[in-house]
Amino acid sequence: MRAKSLTRRNNAAYLYLLPWLIGILIFQLYPFIISFYYSLCDYNPVKMPFFIGFGNYIRLFTKDAEFITSLRATLLYTVYTVPLKLIMSLMIAMLLNKARKGIGILRTLYYLPSLFGGSVAVAVLWKVMFMDSGMINGTLRSLGLSPLSFLGDPKTALPTLGMLEVWQFGSSMVMFLAALKQVPASLYEAARIDGASGPKRFIRITLPYISPIVFFCIIMQTLNAMQNFTSAFVITRGGPLKSTYMLGLKLYNDGFLYWKMGYASATSWVIFAIVALFTLLLFASSRFWVFYGDES
Amino acid sequence: MRKRHGKTFKVVLSYIVLILLGVFMCYPLLWMFFASFKTNAEIFSGINLLPESFGPEAFYDGWKGTADNTFTRFFTNTFVLVIPVTLFTVVSSTLVAYGFARFEFRGKKIFFLILLSTLMLPNAILIIPRYTIFRDLGVLDSYYPFYLMSVFACYPFFTYMLVQFTRGLPRELDESACMDGCGTFRTLISILLPLLKPAMFSAGLFQFLWTYNDYFNSLIYINSVKKFTISLALRLTLDSETVITWKNVMAMSCLAVLPVVILFFLCQKYFVEGIATTGLKG
Repeated sequence: MRAKSLTRRNNAAYLYLLPWLIGILIFQLYPFIISFYYSLCDYNPVKMPFFIGFGNYIRLFTKDAEFITSLRATLLYTVYTVPLKLIMSLMIAMLLNKARKGIGILRTLYYLPSLFGGSVAVAVLWKVMFMDSGMINGTLRSLGLSPLSFLGDPKTALPTLGMLEVWQFGSSMVMFLAALKQVPASLYEAARIDGASGPKRFIRITLPYISPIVFFCIIMQTLNAMQNFTSAFVITRGGPLKSTYMLGLKLYNDGFLYWKMGYASATSWVIFAIVALFTLLLFASSRFWVFYGDES
Repeated sequence: MRKRHGKTFKVVLSYIVLILLGVFMCYPLLWMFFASFKTNAEIFSGINLLPESFGPEAFYDGWKGTADNTFTRFFTNTFVLVIPVTLFTVVSSTLVAYGFARFEFRGKKIFFLILLSTLMLPNAILIIPRYTIFRDLGVLDSYYPFYLMSVFACYPFFTYMLVQFTRGLPRELDESACMDGCGTFRTLISILLPLLKPAMFSAGLFQFLWTYNDYFNSLIYINSVKKFTISLALRLTLDSETVITWKNVMAMSCLAVLPVVILFFLCQKYFVEGIATTGLKG
């Protein structure tokens, strides 16, 4: 009787998984595999893919100066934003964790910007604020500082887009805050009695406790930053001098503007390879610094 | 005694830092709101936060949109896109999560591993083949690409979130229901669903938010202006005029973020808990 009910349950499982099984095959696995095939083809939407081997990749790395610029901009953007975003969110979370009153309203203030994610509305706002004659430069002038051509200078354009990204640190902050609340207060007490200093308590107690969240956030934020599109497309259109022409934008232009879909697929695989490599390295390193409690 | 003073000082200092920085963070949003009332000259030369006068004409003029399409249409489009996607995602993710969390079946480990790895699969790599698939299905320039993906649980983040949450619910509940002769589906509906509601609500909120804010996918799947969502329409207003009246753009940007802000203040608890639990269990 029991065995029978178990088999029934077994088969029922596939019924519940059915939407996902179909979805994974048609919209995830198949695209994943075929996209690699496309990347080995000369392919535009009106003709059949024509196999050319690694031609697209060779062209990307040897003949396409734009790609190297684009790769550089993407990596720089990721390196600028991800650590800064995480450090900001951890710092604010720690300060908030100490506060007794008004956490709710403060948390709201910090969380609010991250609600808008990659929306066009805040991208437009950034464009207006950072224009040469915009509000930021107005403020700089009134403070007696010299204005900057934030979006017009290849040196500052990418960091300006980065600021928009870092501004939205709220969601990782909320995660850190929840993780910090899980650290048993008794541990801090014990450490204090043993005479451990603040930084030491942070390294020995706080960091190990929240390391799974840090790990999760690094991966997710890197994944997002490597694919950034909206801000570059709306605010700078990749300029000036291609300084913000990130891979997401190049992918869009190559694939959906010039319809070179094979070539664009190759670009997407470069993004994937970088993210995958980074994730693997991070996973490999995780046993040295990520501590899972008894729960997992 | 001295130590206590030091501590109070520290607390006061951290409050000051927190408040100043918090205001600084939200200043751009405030500025955006007030910029809806400013002339171009005020936006560009003035550094005052407050406008010289509060006339709502930017909201009227901006609402007119471009050509024959007003923002009434763009807002309607957005909700026609976002609401079904949100509902479908919640339903499909819950069913799949139930399958993963409560059943033993062949291939479970591999399937779950696949689910986890799709969490980290960049959208960039899938977008071209998906475009081709939807073109072959003849559903480009409609909202079906979005509907289909949500019906077939293609948002692994929510499935994963609900699996983790369902696992946290005591198994005895459905086991006793099973003893009482309750079918698996009835167990889900009458026993687990009431307990899953908060998690489902959180998943729904985030899906609403992300789909509402999404630009890249809409840009690729939707071409005709009369089907544009707010994101696409906002970008269009930047292109369509030679001299941009910025306050119109700012006013429409304000209206664009308004639903999200309202939703956030109505359901703050679910937002915060949703993020906290998914992250913690990740």
